[in-house]
Amino acid sequence: MARKLLLEHINVPGINTFDVYRSKGGYAAVEKALKTLTPDEVVEEVKKSGLRGRGGAGFPTGMKWSFLAKPEGVARYLVCNADESEPGTFKDRYLMTHIPHLLIEGMIVASFALGAKTSYIYVRGEMMPQIRILEKAIAEAKAKGFLGKNILGTGYDLELYVQPGGGAYICGEETALLESLEGKRGNPRIKPPFPAIAGLYGCPTVVNNVESIAAVVPIINEGGDEYAKLGIGRSTGTKLISAGGNLRKPGVYEIDLGLPVEEFLYSDEYCGGIANGKRLKAVVAGGSSVPILPANLFLKTINNEARLMSYESLADGGFVSGTMMGSGGFIAYDEDQCIVRNTWNFARFYHHESCGQCSPCREGTGWMEKVLHRLEYGHGKMSDMDLLVDVSKKIEGNTICPLGDAAAWPVASAIRHFRDEFEWHVTHPHEATTRNFGIAHYADPLPKLEEAAG
Amino acid sequence: MKVTIDGFPIEVEAGTSILNAARLIGGDIVPPAMCYYSKLEGSGGKCRTCLVQVTKGSEKDPRPMPKLVASCRTTVMDGMEVKNITSPEVIEARKGVVEMLLINHPLDCPVCDQAGECHLQDLGYEHGAAKTRYEFDRRTFEKIDIGDKIQLHMTRCILCYRCVFTADQITDHRIHGILNRGDHSEISTYIQKAVDNDFSGNVIDVCPVGALTDKTFRFKNRVWFTKPVEAHRECENPKCCGKVTLWYKGEDVIRVTARKDEYGEAEEFICNTCRFDKKKTSDWVIEGPRKVSHKSVISSNHYDTLKPLPVVKTNPVLMEANKEQFERETRL
Repeated sequence: MARKLLLEHINVPGINTFDVYRSKGGYAAVEKALKTLTPDEVVEEVKKSGLRGRGGAGFPTGMKWSFLAKPEGVARYLVCNADESEPGTFKDRYLMTHIPHLLIEGMIVASFALGAKTSYIYVRGEMMPQIRILEKAIAEAKAKGFLGKNILGTGYDLELYVQPGGGAYICGEETALLESLEGKRGNPRIKPPFPAIAGLYGCPTVVNNVESIAAVVPIINEGGDEYAKLGIGRSTGTKLISAGGNLRKPGVYEIDLGLPVEEFLYSDEYCGGIANGKRLKAVVAGGSSVPILPANLFLKTINNEARLMSYESLADGGFVSGTMMGSGGFIAYDEDQCIVRNTWNFARFYHHESCGQCSPCREGTGWMEKVLHRLEYGHGKMSDMDLLVDVSKKIEGNTICPLGDAAAWPVASAIRHFRDEFEWHVTHPHEATTRNFGIAHYADPLPKLEEAAG
Repeated sequence: MKVTIDGFPIEVEAGTSILNAARLIGGDIVPPAMCYYSKLEGSGGKCRTCLVQVTKGSEKDPRPMPKLVASCRTTVMDGMEVKNITSPEVIEARKGVVEMLLINHPLDCPVCDQAGECHLQDLGYEHGAAKTRYEFDRRTFEKIDIGDKIQLHMTRCILCYRCVFTADQITDHRIHGILNRGDHSEISTYIQKAVDNDFSGNVIDVCPVGALTDKTFRFKNRVWFTKPVEAHRECENPKCCGKVTLWYKGEDVIRVTARKDEYGEAEEFICNTCRFDKKKTSDWVIEGPRKVSHKSVISSNHYDTLKPLPVVKTNPVLMEANKEQFERETRL
């Protein structure tokens, strides 16, 4: 069984309280960082660990921290992005519900490293219980002297606030989050300037995902080099995967990056295979915005190598035959699921959540949703598939923030890999409303690559 | 700083945007801008029609930029090389953006007061397709009166946010903004409170489409049947410059607007008194006819169009045919 770093004590009763958390070795990272390390050394440890942002983009966290501008006399901020709203992702909510002090501890260490005197946790508005849990945890930590003025007698001051959002998906985009935190309409800002130069209230700001901040705790406790030994290649450490869909054992799992996907899917330690003895048809590997893959391409890369749960291996093959790690929202579809309906559902979500600021995303998401709705309900045309691909191309890359890309990728990839099913919806409109296309050839072994002609 | 746009080099000051550098060069290579307005701080970056390709980042870092960038919000770097109309990707992307802007637009140009001076119309003419691929009901809204002088026709709006910035920056109290999200977002004044401010009329001038129209001019005339004349008056409002364009139909002033430059931007903002209440020639000191670009439809109606085109002048056969046709038409 692989070692757990974040969820090690998740089953200890009362781990959500300060005393139990402390007795299990909690807040050791705060003591170590504040008493024995300088802020630069903390940043250096995180850099050595190779930790990559767990929110979706996978940008190295240490590098992000070192980009932070440090002008004299200007406040710096750390903002924790807990606006987790990607369909399929629920790992941050799990972490905050069950082990809130891990996040608080990570926030203290990270704020110390960045020299922030005030830090915010921006939590999605629907997560009211988690907001209460975090506020209680902050009050506990403050009572024990881990927050507030002169923490542990080291002279470092930190105030930590929880800010509920309004529940908009777009506020998970870092600049929209900052706008929302400032009390404005949550529209993404036009970059540059990046938040590291001018973020919250125009001051240098770092925005990190909940899991990235929590991962700082084991990195400081054990040292960056130890952390980097876990995982594979440039994907170091452990990652929380929120597995959902037609699995026997859905839930949040902490895996070492580099675990073969087959093991993750079928071993009893993790998902335990597909529910009700059905076969796997397709997988969305990292939350709704990453490209969807059919079972055969998901288990094996195009070169017939086993796919691993790591940033690189999942992206192997680029957009043609690969996908992305994303935020770790793993969704499995069994043979009875309709890909067209699923794609429509995703498109509907992005249509609803587009902020409406830039035209390709505002108009294009709605257009795609309408075309997919037509296909799903049996009024589609053969030309619709090409239209959808074209519209998604017109959106992708031409928008202010990545929401446009996130809306375009699932549609483009679904048509790329499941075109037969879309066409079947056009040719058999009546059947399509009463039964599903089934698994077809989506789980067949991949054809052998052609040998280079000798 | 030296920047090259479509092969044309130009020296500009640091901090200039690519769009403004292109405007200094002028001509075809200027990217169209629907939401950027040089007089409004923070505008731009939203409509995505001004996308350009940066093939060389700068002298120091020659890597190209990975995505197309909004030229109105990207500042130039020394040695930057930009492709606008010479890049097929840019043309393709712009076509896409224009299509997106038009899918929910009512295309009611025949009854729209903005027709003839509408940026979306120009853009659609230049980059749009003749047929639409959009086969669904277009989004519609009820018309809203914002005060007694301005009408908002949200159906035509492209959400450029210019009027919101105007209300923020030119007028004292902002009382309108964007409600809702995505393609159902709309410009609104909350409980339809009247916009009551000396400078509120400027939202009509900044609107690139016919979403905000002047109710004193509504359905009075097509702009290309009117004659623009420059005029000024001593305005009592200290913040108003009093320099305007009067639009004549026969002897009547039927509309007053701010003076707009070749990119459709008001040179200086004017107050509501000048715009809505002073509609007599005696109110104004006339300076002379307003120069209108010969490309504009506004100039197509009334000056010297019976003269033969230059190409005709050099060809004897065409000259003969032209004479015949001219005689026939004048006889009728």
